[in-house]
Order: sequence, then structure tokens, then C-alpha cells
Amino acid sequence: MMRLELVKRPQHSVLFSAISPLIALVLTMIAGAIMFSILGKNPLDALYYYFIDPLRETWSLHELAIKAAPLILIAVGLSVCFLSNNWNIGAEGQFIAGAIAGSILPVVFPDFQTWLVLPLMLVMGVAGGAAYAAVPAFLKARFNTNEILTSLMLVYVAQLFLDWIVRGPWRDPGGMNFPETRDFHAFAILPELMPSAGRANWGIVFAVLAALILWFILRKTRKGFEIRVLGQSPRAGRFAGFSSSRMVMVAFLISGGLAGLAGISEVAGAIGQLQPSISPGYGFTAIIVAFLGRLNPLGIVAAGFVLALSYLGGEAAQISLGLSDKAARAFQGMLLFFVLGCDTLIHYRIRLAGRAMRGGEVTTNA
Amino acid sequence: MSEMGAGVDQTHEGKGGELLEVRGLTKIFGTLRACDAIDLSIGKGEIHALLGENGAGKSTLVKMLFGALEPAAGEIFWKGKPVSIQSPGEARRLGIGMVFQHFSLFEALTAAENIMLSLDDKTPILQVAERARELSKAYGLPLDPFAHVGDLSVGERQRIEIIRCLLQKPDLIILDEPTSVLTPQEADRLFVTLETLRDEGKSILYISHRLEEVKRLCDRATVLRHGKVVSHCDPRQETSASLAKMMVGDDVDTVRRTGHADSEGAALLEVKALKRPAANPFAMPLRGISLKVRSGTVMGIAGVAGNGQGELFEALSGEVLQDKADAIRIRDTDAGRLGISGRRLLGASFVPEERLGHGAAPQMRLSENLFLSRHVTDKRALLGMFGTVRVSALAKAASRIVKVMDVRKSGEDPEASALSGGNLQKFIIGRELDRQPAVIVVNQPTWGVDAGAAARIRQALIDLARSGSAVLVISQDLDELFEICDSIAVMHDGRLSAPMPIAEASFERIGLLMGGAEPERTGLPENTETA
Repeated sequence: MMRLELVKRPQHSVLFSAISPLIALVLTMIAGAIMFSILGKNPLDALYYYFIDPLRETWSLHELAIKAAPLILIAVGLSVCFLSNNWNIGAEGQFIAGAIAGSILPVVFPDFQTWLVLPLMLVMGVAGGAAYAAVPAFLKARFNTNEILTSLMLVYVAQLFLDWIVRGPWRDPGGMNFPETRDFHAFAILPELMPSAGRANWGIVFAVLAALILWFILRKTRKGFEIRVLGQSPRAGRFAGFSSSRMVMVAFLISGGLAGLAGISEVAGAIGQLQPSISPGYGFTAIIVAFLGRLNPLGIVAAGFVLALSYLGGEAAQISLGLSDKAARAFQGMLLFFVLGCDTLIHYRIRLAGRAMRGGEVTTNA
Repeated sequence: MSEMGAGVDQTHEGKGGELLEVRGLTKIFGTLRACDAIDLSIGKGEIHALLGENGAGKSTLVKMLFGALEPAAGEIFWKGKPVSIQSPGEARRLGIGMVFQHFSLFEALTAAENIMLSLDDKTPILQVAERARELSKAYGLPLDPFAHVGDLSVGERQRIEIIRCLLQKPDLIILDEPTSVLTPQEADRLFVTLETLRDEGKSILYISHRLEEVKRLCDRATVLRHGKVVSHCDPRQETSASLAKMMVGDDVDTVRRTGHADSEGAALLEVKALKRPAANPFAMPLRGISLKVRSGTVMGIAGVAGNGQGELFEALSGEVLQDKADAIRIRDTDAGRLGISGRRLLGASFVPEERLGHGAAPQMRLSENLFLSRHVTDKRALLGMFGTVRVSALAKAASRIVKVMDVRKSGEDPEASALSGGNLQKFIIGRELDRQPAVIVVNQPTWGVDAGAAARIRQALIDLARSGSAVLVISQDLDELFEICDSIAVMHDGRLSAPMPIAEASFERIGLLMGGAEPERTGLPENTETA
């Protein structure tokens, strides 16, 4: 019987580790071109609209920054979680929780108008996201629940809560019954960086700053070592004197706080009010961003722009070529597939095995 | 000593013709020739020893014979006919059975159920139990087929494996390090069984690195080193020293116990009535353990695996805290409520049994693994502003340790998993010794470590004690304990016996305690028990 086997390479190539995301990107484009031609579109046109067209004009670059900012902020936080072996899948919910908490001042106290409002909103956004992430973290640390499940389920709670609050108590009294809050006043708006050129706001600055700070912590400090060792080898981490349960809290609070910051930056920046839906799935796409960036905050900045481009490119291709937005989704999925595939093949090689080894006996190492 | 690299047929003629013959068997992993043109022949009705250090290629060779690995070159003849063994199932059909070092038994099932699972045909459970009982009687392997494996001792579990193997009616039985988990008395009983099997005309391939038992039990020996056969010899004609030299390729440094242990030194590590409930159904509770390790001495804790040694280590290291602060005292300070970092700050050091995943993080570099256990005690040297790690200081310290302990590695700062077991253990021990700890607790210091590295590690522990530290060694290797300890206590069923000064200790007495005899009874005259 012939079959494929993955054999661990004794030494993995440093060069290929470094360029693996680029290889994945190229492979995604090739596979994407094949998909587009099967859909009956000219693949070159499609790739052009996906990857080139959004980069041609300044205003479009600003849009790219707007889309990239929340992806980077969330993914940088998730990298701390994933590196420490905490599977926070609920960043979408923490994003919404941060947006709601941060919106309390402009929505409930619209007459409180000073320059203090915006900093307070940002702080409350961080606090809201962190508090929401603390729920699955506490459940895991205290009761050993599965954080994948609890954090994911809390996403739907947050989405429905947002939906209720903008239709109910926080609905704009002068808004013709539309399900949205009042527009934020001027003191509650995140300023644009270059208003004359495009809409990009301070969110992207926050994102890059967060990435730099976390890169420093992860690579250079004892805290970073603690995060990595507890993720890779929890028992060795305990031997080093670190606490796994405290790390659960730390990792979730960091990633929840950053997701919350992304949330309030999005509503105070690009949107300007709360609506029933404030995210096209940033919290989930950020998972792809985190892995495409190899859980390295600097890589994540680059990866954030790539996935932001796939959002914009998807829109462009939809408008120009009539491609379904499902194609954009498939595109993102292929990207994740090739990233993980390339990473696997850097550490393992494929071998054609002529025959099967039987049963578990073989694994009992003599 | 026989000639090095001798061919197969020159040394010996099998009693009843060759059962198994191997010519030029080779297996290559990457660039490593794990087995390089191995020649081996096993006669009918002989016990044949396969000797070699860790990494000499014993396991690889055996896996090829058992069909678990495919040879790159070479031929296997079974009863004179060339065969190609494709799978363990095929090996069993030919008549080759194997008892692995690490058992593959389901703890929640009974002995008979475990045996039934390994049979190819569907035999009713009662019939299996009946046959198992017959075999256990015939070969002196007492076993209750309906006992749950989880309740059985390691020795009893091994009997299940052996009976399971015998049920297949093999002509050749391969035993991989069978005595590594047994008390001396249990080992004696096993030897009787093996001799019975030999007298019936069955052949046994006996893998071991314990030279004394090979000399006692085996008719012929094949010695491997670095994947090559270095000698076929008659172990009875050799001395332990000459066999060791063949295995290592060099004279092994003997460990010297210089100076005298100071039996009146201050107790640097004190444990009083330490109790710990079992963390899970298969863990061993600690039932009131007391001990004192004095400055300048090495104390050993002997015992069969699974009698609470791991649990004791975790309690001593502070990975698990005690209820009472004074249950553990390090240098006259209550440490029972301190975590591992707090205990390290008191001057204690710890080396766990498991190297990869406990003592070291496999995917981290050596320098990072140095940081792992030293980041609190050497804060000043290793940490900079904002808690940054001082990489250059780490690298310097790591290369110092590598030099002192003679750690062989490839590359400047390789990942821990890239080192061989012995070299990684040298690094881990060196990492702790480098601090000059006042107290060190080591669990299985040389498990799976080659003879040269083991001698170095043992010498380092003795030297540390003689410089005034208290050393506590937990080990299942009695030879090792007798080599380095000033006193030995025995752990059994979560209890610890009173320590015995080394001058009064004997294999026999320690062995009885390991088997669970009451301390009073260990004073009985020797040789009261054989199977």
C-alpha cells in the first residue's frame, strides 16, 4: 500500500522559514487565478483588481489603513494568546464589547463635551474588551473549561447585545427609528491623520505602536520568555516558576484589551456611531492575520495589510468583474491553507512510504 | 576478550542450528547510519545478549527484526530461509515475539482483556484467561487474569506483556531492558522464567546494558557501538570491565568518592511528615515522608518506578506546595509554602526526571533553557532594564557550562531537542551545578545516559557534596546509588524507609525494601527468597 508520510526534517531552513509567507502568497495567487478562470473571468484581470487596483490611489490606501488597523490590533493581541497556548476565538465579541463600553460617554452623556472625552472613551474601550475576555479566562483558570468554546459563544452574546442596545435603550431619539445610536459629537471622534488625503485615522497608529511594543515584550523580555515557554511546554514553564493559570488571565486581558481598543477606534473613527453591525468579521479574520504573520507582531503588521487588501480587492472585483463576495472569502481561506501548508513543509518533508507500519506497537519506543 | 569486528561464524556454533541470522543489516536516518552492516546469529535454545550504550543502534536493529522499521540493506534469514519482515504482525506469524521496555497496556482494563486485545483471532475472554493462567503457572509468572492493570505493580504488568507474548507461541522472544523496572528479587524470578524457556528450546534476544545480569544469564553476546558490531563474545568469559570497554570503546572513568562524608554536618534539607493526596487515580499519595540531608553528603532514594518518587520530587521542588510551611525546610527556613522560585532563592536546585518538556523546553535554545531555571536566582546578571533578557550574558554562561560538562552539540546554540539525551542531561545538571547550590534534588540523574556521561554526572554530584552541599538523588538504578551515596532510603507505596548508611546497605536488603518488605524484616539472613 502506498501512502504519504510526513517526516520531520532534522534541521529546518532559516531562509525558507523567513520567506514562507511570501511563498504562500504566490501560491494563493496561482490557485486564485485558476479559480477565477474556472469562474469564467480573466485571471489576470481578477488578480489586478484584487491586488493592484486598490493600491493605485491615495484615498484607497487610506481605506486600506482603515481596514488594516483593527486586524493588526486584534491579531497582535491574539499572538500573545496563541503563543501561550490560549485559544481565544472570541476577539469579535471583545471587539464589540470594547465598542459598546467606549461609546457610553458620547451616547449616554452627549452633553459632556471636552477634549477629555476621547481618551476616556479609548480607556473604557480597552477596559470593556478586557473585561469581556476575562470571562472565558476566569472560567478556564478556575474551572478548566474549554476557552475555544466559551470565548466563541460569547461572540454571539455580544453581537445580540449590540443589536438589542442600538434598537432599544441607545437608539437615537432623533433618528427616525433607525437602529443606530446618535452620531458621536466632535470631541468623541478619532481624528483623521491627513484629512485632505483620505479617511485614515489614528487607529493605524495605535496598531503599529501596539505591534512594536508587543514585539519588544515578546522578543526581548522575561515576560515574553514566560509567554513562549508556557505555550510550548507548560511543565517546563512551571519548572521555571511561572504560573499557567495567571498566564491565562494575562494573555486574555491583553488580547481582549487590544480587541476592545480596535472596537472603539472603529466606531469612533470610521463609523462615528454604533450600528447593529460594526465589523465585517475582523475578529475572525484576525486569526488568519496572526498566523500569516507567524505570531510575530512585526509580521502581523504586514499580514494585516495583506488581508485588508483582500477585503478591498474583493469589493473592487465585485464591482468591476461581478465576482461574488464569496470568492473573496474563498481567497482568504486559500491563503490560510497555503500559509499553514508552507509552515508544515518547512518542518516536515513528504515521503512516499511503500508500506504501512502496523498499529500502535511501533510507537512504543524501545 | 574476543577479536573486534569478528564475523558471525567464527566465535560460536549455535546449539541446534541457527534460528535467526542477519547479514549486513543497515538502516540509515538522514546522515546517521543507525545500524551499519550488522551481522548477528541466534541459535535455537540460547539466550543472546545485545549490548550497547544508548544510541548504539540496539533499538533500531530490534525494530527491523520485529518489522517495525524497514532495513536499507542486508538480509534476514529465519530458520535458514531469507525473509522480509514487513510488519509486527508478520513477525509474530513467523514466530518472533517482543516485550517492550515501555508497556502498552490499558490501565482501566483487566489483564485478560489486555491480552485479548492483542490477539488476532476473537478468542472468548474466559478462554484467554484460562490459557493465561496455564502459562503463568508453567513459567512461574504469578498473575491474576482478572486484576485491573491500574492496580498492578510494574513487575506484574511486565508479566502480562510476557504472557501476551508467549500466547503467540514464539520461537524467538525479544526482551528490551526487562529488568530496568524490577527489584533485584523480581529480576531473579524473571531469570528463572527465561532459563525455563531456554531449556524448552526457545531462543531469547536479551537487550540490556546491565553487564552483571548479562554475564549471569546469557550464552552469547553481540556488542554494538555507533551502529556497528564491535564484538561477538561469550559474556561468561569476559569481565564487566572488558564488556564495558567494548560498549564504550574506551575505559570508563571510575567514579571516585573522595574525602569523607561529614555525618555531623548541618541538615540543609529537612522534610517532616510530608503528605500529599493522590492527584489522580493512577498517582501515588505521599504518606508521611521524613528525611534529612546533611551538608557534605549524598543521600539516595531507591525504589521501583511509580512508588511516589515523581510526586515526592514535585513536592520538594515546590511545583506542588505543601499545606504546612514547616513540612519542608531548606537551610533552616520554612519552605513548604514557597514556590519553586522561592526555594531556588534559598539555595536549592532541582533536576527532574524528564529532560524534554520538564527540565528543558525542547524547542528552545540551550541559552534559553539556561534562563529557564536561572532567571530568578541570577536576576542581576541576566536581566537588564524593563526586564529585558541579557542575551550576551546568557550565551557566555551557556558556553561556560558546555565546556565544564563537555556537552557535545552541533551549532553554536542548538535547540534542546537537537541534543542527545546524555548531552542534554549533562547540560541540565551543569546548569544547576553552575550555581553552586547548597541543596540539590536530582531525579534519575543518569537515566538513558551513556556510561561516559553518567560517570561524569555522578562525579560532579559527589564533588558538589564534598564541597559542602546536600545532595539528594532519587534513582531506580541501584548500582548508581551504591556508587555515589553515603546513605540510602527506599521508597515504597508512598512511604520512605529510614536511611541506611552505605556500609550497612546491601542489594539484598534494599531489594527487599523495594519489594515492600517491612523494615524489621530486612535484617533476615540473605537468600531467603527465590522463585
